Amino acid sequence: MVPVTYYLLLSGVLFSIGVLGFLIRRNVLVVFMSIEIMLNAANLAFIAFAREMGSLSGQVIVFLVMTVAAAEAGVGLAIIILFYRNKKSANVDDGNLMKW
Amino acid sequence: MELVLFIILALVAIASALMVILQRNPVYSALSLIVTLGSIAILFILQKAYFLAFIQIIVYAGAIMILFIFVIMLLNLRKDEFGPEKRKLQRFFGLVFSFLLVVELFIVVRYALFGKTGESLQVAEDFGTPQAIGRLLFSTYLFPFEITSILLLIAMIGALFLARREE
Repeated sequence: MVPVTYYLLLSGVLFSIGVLGFLIRRNVLVVFMSIEIMLNAANLAFIAFAREMGSLSGQVIVFLVMTVAAAEAGVGLAIIILFYRNKKSANVDDGNLMKW
Repeated sequence: MELVLFIILALVAIASALMVILQRNPVYSALSLIVTLGSIAILFILQKAYFLAFIQIIVYAGAIMILFIFVIMLLNLRKDEFGPEKRKLQRFFGLVFSFLLVVELFIVVRYALFGKTGESLQVAEDFGTPQAIGRLLFSTYLFPFEITSILLLIAMIGALFLARREE
């Protein structure tokens, strides 16, 4: 039986990798993938706790998170296409219309 | 045995997650992300989340990643747009802060939980099966479940509206 702490540490490392990717990459698609990594790290922590507590509620929440992730991917990728169409670039630094 | 499997899967997940953010070409990033999602799905099975493991593979590795690859192909990025990522300062601070985040999470997990949780509770026979989750979804969590259908509808309409070409 693997202790729940190992899962939490793995989840933490994956989340930090997602944060790192979000901060250092400028390609809008890779930034978006980093968000997916962070969502998955959080899901892993939920699943580990659900097992530890013997409660299925954690798994239901992961199910809902996946639904939100699917909706987010659909809308987000549509926004990326729109962004590329307007700016002819996939670099997040070019999206500075609302930046003062 | 389970520990060995966990360590292998953890290493694969971390290595492929690093590949996602270090690859220059977004297609390779997307393929590495599929490996990450797959190993996380197997970790779900180890934690008795059987239903969610398959949902993870079908929805994430299947649907969402295909969508990603569609968009990458659709954008048809030129080589120079993969870009030398110039910003040295930003990269430096990104590394520093995400390393600090790892350290913080280690400390929190270490002091809040280490040693306190030894043996997991014995769980029911049908823990994590589609039947058990479905029963919970249609009783206790019926309202959130119904809300997700509206969420998906809104997302669908939103995506169609955004991607439509202005005439």
